[in-house]
This record gives sequence, structure tokens and C-alpha cells, in this order.
Amino acid sequence: MVPVSWYVILSAVVFGIGVIGVLTRRNMLIVLMSIELIFNAANINLVAFSHYLQSLNGQVFVFFVITVAAAEAAIGLAILVCLFRNKETVEVDDVSIMKG
Amino acid sequence: MLKYVLIPMIPLVTATIAGVFCRYLKEKAAWLTIAGLGTAFLLSISTLFDVMGGHTVNVNVFSWIVSDTFNVSIGIMVDQLTAVMLIVVTTVSFMVHIYSVGYMHGDPGYARFFSYLSLFTFSMLVLVMANNFLQLYVGWELVGLCSYLLIGFWFEKKSANDAAKKAFVVNRVGDFGFGLGIMMIFLYFGTLDYTQVFGAAPQHLNDAPLDIAGLQVGVITMICLLLFCGAMGKSAQLPLHTWLPDAMEGPTPVSALIHAATMVTAGVFMVARCSPLFNLSPTAMATVAIVGGVTAVFAATIGLVQNDIKRIIAYSTCSQLGYMFFACGVGAYTAGIFHLMTHAFFKGLLFLAAGSVIHALSGEQDIRKMGGIRKDIPVTYWTMVIGSLALAGIPPFAGFFSKDEILWLAFTAPGPGKFLWFLGAVGALLTAFYSFRLIFVTFHGKKRLDHHAEEHLHESPWVILGPLCFLATLAIVAGFVGVPHVLGGHNNFASFMAPVLGHHEAGHHPASLELTMMVISVAIATTGILFSAFVYLKRKEIAEAAARNFKPLYNLFYNKYYFDEAYDDIFVNSTKEISDDLWKKADASWIDGVVNGAAKVTQALARGLRRLQTGFVQHYAFGMVTGLFLLITIYLYMK
Repeated sequence: MVPVSWYVILSAVVFGIGVIGVLTRRNMLIVLMSIELIFNAANINLVAFSHYLQSLNGQVFVFFVITVAAAEAAIGLAILVCLFRNKETVEVDDVSIMKG
Repeated sequence: MLKYVLIPMIPLVTATIAGVFCRYLKEKAAWLTIAGLGTAFLLSISTLFDVMGGHTVNVNVFSWIVSDTFNVSIGIMVDQLTAVMLIVVTTVSFMVHIYSVGYMHGDPGYARFFSYLSLFTFSMLVLVMANNFLQLYVGWELVGLCSYLLIGFWFEKKSANDAAKKAFVVNRVGDFGFGLGIMMIFLYFGTLDYTQVFGAAPQHLNDAPLDIAGLQVGVITMICLLLFCGAMGKSAQLPLHTWLPDAMEGPTPVSALIHAATMVTAGVFMVARCSPLFNLSPTAMATVAIVGGVTAVFAATIGLVQNDIKRIIAYSTCSQLGYMFFACGVGAYTAGIFHLMTHAFFKGLLFLAAGSVIHALSGEQDIRKMGGIRKDIPVTYWTMVIGSLALAGIPPFAGFFSKDEILWLAFTAPGPGKFLWFLGAVGALLTAFYSFRLIFVTFHGKKRLDHHAEEHLHESPWVILGPLCFLATLAIVAGFVGVPHVLGGHNNFASFMAPVLGHHEAGHHPASLELTMMVISVAIATTGILFSAFVYLKRKEIAEAAARNFKPLYNLFYNKYYFDEAYDDIFVNSTKEISDDLWKKADASWIDGVVNGAAKVTQALARGLRRLQTGFVQHYAFGMVTGLFLLITIYLYMK
């Protein structure tokens, strides 16, 4: 029986990797993937505690999160495609036109 | 009723039309305003007949201000005093309008000029027809405004602009007192209506006196003195007279209408109108009399040595206004108003004639550059002689009757009467002298014209000479409405005015005394004229020798007692210095420093903070994550 704290640690590690990926990578595709990692870190947490507390609520949440994440990825990729068509780049540094 | 409303409204309407459409009307504006003024003139005459038939009016046309206890109406008061003023104002204004057709011909501001003239006439009519103090004040300020506009009519001339501003500012000083006086009337009487104020005035004689710098001043006295302040400004009495000579920068018809016949007499009119108040305060009366008497002599001495034809007449106006005031001051309001009327005619005439001379000489105003032109401009010459004879007080011209009545009533008045008579007599001598100095130097002797003026020397057209002749006629006959009893007349003017101004009796004096005084005053005037003739026609060197030998006195007169210089030093320059300090120290360094400082601080802050805003979303996200991390850490530690 794996103790729940291991799941939580795994989840924190995955979340950390995701955040660092979002903050440091310049390629937007990688940034999107990092965001997926953050989502999944949350999912691991939800499933772990669902099992630990013997409640299905957490798992239901996870289904919704996966659905929303899929939608989010679709939109994110669409934006990415648009951006590439207009600017021929996927680097986030190149689209800083809002900079004051 | 409608007639009385129309008298001021017609000039207002024509002034508005002429003013608004001046670009389209051009020359036609003159005839429009003249038609309006003519109608007002006829209506005024008909009003005079109404009043002579005993029909006086005092109605409120509409409520203007209704606010708790402060209620003011726009009203119309037509009594004997108003009727006389209406005649004076509309007659002179009508003549000046016609005269200006010739005089202002070809001026780029032709239509504007007529619009202003009519606007002025409207203002003056509002002033004289008012039935309460606030309406009087409105008229008072409106004539001041029109005076400003007309003095500065040639606004591209700096001197004209300066003169206009000076007139306005000096009048402000007087009007400040006038405004305070009106406020005080409201404070003590609770109303501004003439009838109510004058009716209630005797009850306020015993009000607790005001303590002003340790001096106990009665309420009525204070009110009268404050009102008189306004009169001093408007009527150019010492020490607020300095604006009047400068006002001669305006076109000559303006000088004739505003600065001789009508506006400057508003002060006298106001004192006469408030006679029920002034009668209650011997102090105020004495002040009025003495200010008037001193101004009469003071201005006359300056008039002796001036060389600008219009300025001589302006000082003469100042001096004659002094006569009117001292008449009022000794209680002879009727004589004051009588002199106001005759003066309006002969002084209006003198100014218009002077304008005609200036017109004939292509704009020359210095009498030293005239001389010997009586044959070239005979009509102007003779009308000017008539005006000067009337001014000097030679019978049977109009000025004789009015001036003699003033002198006689001053002589018989109690208190400082004899002293005032002496001032008046000296003034009369000087008046006769300088007015004929003007005639002799301008029209007699050798021609001293410059080449250009001599070539264009010509008599003015009839549109200018017509009004001159009309006013000259009035200057001859206007006095006959007030022939005194001792000369076999009935003094109709005095008995006509009696219902408003009361009947001022000289007391019982033998007719021989009155006749003697009359002979003395005529003798004084004749002496002045003859002496002037002797000096300026026969022995020219006397004048120059006198100027040389009495250099300090001559300089004192010539420089107008240094009033302008003194005012410049005391008021103008010190104000300028204070303003300069305020500008440089308070405004430029302090206020600007605060404002610019605020901007600089903001700029410096922004320069630092701008670095935070990189435009990279990741930087912001980093900030958010770090912040969140810190918050959670703090939260956990707290726990």
C-alpha cells in the first residue's frame, strides 16, 4: 500500500516541473505542454485523495479537469497556429508587443 | 406708460440692430440710430408736457429680484427731475448723433460708433428713469461701460486704450464707495425703493452712529458720503478727476455727449435725486459743497495753461461740475440742476465746435498751431463764441442765469456760504479768462498752421454745423426758463422743480443786494474776458513773461498739480511692484515649483517602476508564483 504522501510528493514534483517549464521555456508549444503537466499534477492529487478518503467525488472532478484541459489545449494550439501563420514564430519573446 | 418704457427701449433696439448688423448696415446704421433717437427725443418732449401738466409717474414694471426680504423691481419714475434730464439727454444725444454723421464719415468703425452712442443713451436713460437704487446702479455701471467703449473707440491707439482703462479704474474707486452706500441703505432701510427710503430716512437719524477709526459718524451721513464717493468718480471731482482729461482721447462727439453733457452730470443728478437723504446730514452737505467749490477753482487753474483744445474744455467741464456740486452742497439743488441743463447745452456746443475746428484743421488739436482762422470757418467761430459767452456767464446767455443763481444762493447760504461764494467768484474769473484765451488763441492773431492743415482748411459740412447752430440757440435761450424775480422773471424752473427738490429760499434780502451781486459777477466775467483779450490780442509778451516769472506756479498748473505723477508713484507703481513680487516669488518660484515638483517626482517614480513592466508574460507569471509561494510560506509559519 503506497502511502498518500508519496502521491502528494509526486504531484508536487510534477507541478514544479510544469511551473518551471512555463516560466523558463520560450517555445510556446513547450509552454502548453508544461501547462498540461500542471493540470495532471492536480489530477494526481485529486485521485490520490479520492482513494485515501474512499470518495468518488475526486475522480469525477478529474474527468471534468481532463475534459477542460482538452478544450484548453485545442484553443491553445489554435492560437499557436494563428500566431505562426501571422508571425512565422512560436517564440513567446517575439510577441511582446504589449511591452511598455 | 408704454411711452415711458419706449423712451429707453428704442435706443436699445436701434443700438442692438446697428451693432449686430454693423457689417451689413455700414452708413445706414447712422440713420437708423438717428431715427430711434429722434423718436426718443419727441417722446421726451411729450413727457415733459405731461409732467408740466402735473402728471408724474412712479410704477414698477416688473419684479426683478424676489428673495425673501430683498425685493427689487425694474421701475420707471418720471417726475420733474427726470423730465429735465430726459430732455437734456435726448436733445444732446440727438444732436451728437447727427453731428457724428459728418464727423465720423469714412471711419472704419462707423456703424459700431453709432451703436455705442445709442447704447450709451439707453444706459443714461435707464439711470435717470430708475425708481430704485439698484436700477440706478445698473444704469450707472452701464454708462461707465459705454464710456470705456467710446473712449477706447480707436482701440489701435495705445493712448486711447490707456485712457479708457484709466477712466474705468478710477471710476471703479468711486463706484466701490457707491456700491457700499447702496448696501448700507439696504442694511438700514431694508429696501432700495426711492420713495420708501426717502420716506423712512428721518427715522434713521437717531440710529446708533458708526465708529470709524474713533470718529462717530451718523448712519445717514455715512450713507451720503459713500454715495457721494460714486458721484466724485463719475463727475470727476477732486481727487478722482484724473480720468476726465485723458478721456479726451475718444472721438470728439463722445466728449461732447458723455464727458460734458450727460454721463459726468450723473453724479449731480444722483445727489439731487437723493436730496432727502443729503438734507438730513449737514456734514455730508458741507463735504459736497467744499469738494465742489475746491474742484471748481482747482480745475479752472489747470485750464488756464493747457494747450490742447479739448483738454481746456475738459478741465472747464470739471470746474463747472464743481459749481453744480457746491450748489447742491448749499441746498440749492434746483440751481445745480439748472446749471446742469444749461451747461449740457453750451458745453456740448463747445465740444462739438472744437470738434469742427479739429475737423477743419485735419486733426490738429494744439491751439498753438492754430490762430487766425475765424474768417475761414465763420459758423464754427460764432457758435463757439456763443458757447464761451454762455460759459463765462455773460447775460443774456444761458450760463449767466444758472451760474448767477448758484453764486447768489451760495452767498446767502449760512455756514461756509461766503467762502464758497469767493471760490465760485474766483472760478468765474478764471473761467472767463481761459475760455476766451481759447477763442483768441485759436481764432485770432496770426495763422500758425502747418502746411498740410492750411491747404485743407475748410468749413465743416452742414451736418456738423446744423447741430452747432441748434445748440447755440439753446445756449442763448435756455437760461430764460429761470429768470430770477429780481430781473422781472418768475424763475419758472425753480417752481417747476420745487415738488422734487424743495424750494430753496435765499431768505429775505433786499433786491438791491441781489442786483449788486449780479453786477459783481457780470463784472468779474467781463474783467476776465477783457484781460484775456488784452493779454492774448494786444500784449502777447505778457503771457510769456508771466509763464517765465511764475515758473513754479506755471509748471504746477501745466502739470496738473502732479496728480497723475503722484497717483502713478503711490498707487500704480506700488501695485506694479507688489504684482511683480507676487509674479516672480509667489507664482513663478512657489506655485510653479510645487506643480513642476509634483510632475518631477511622478516622472522619477515612473522611471524606476517602468523596469517592472517587461512585457514578458513569463516574468509576470514568475512574479505571481513567487508571490503565491511567499504568501503560502507566511501563512504556514503563522499557523
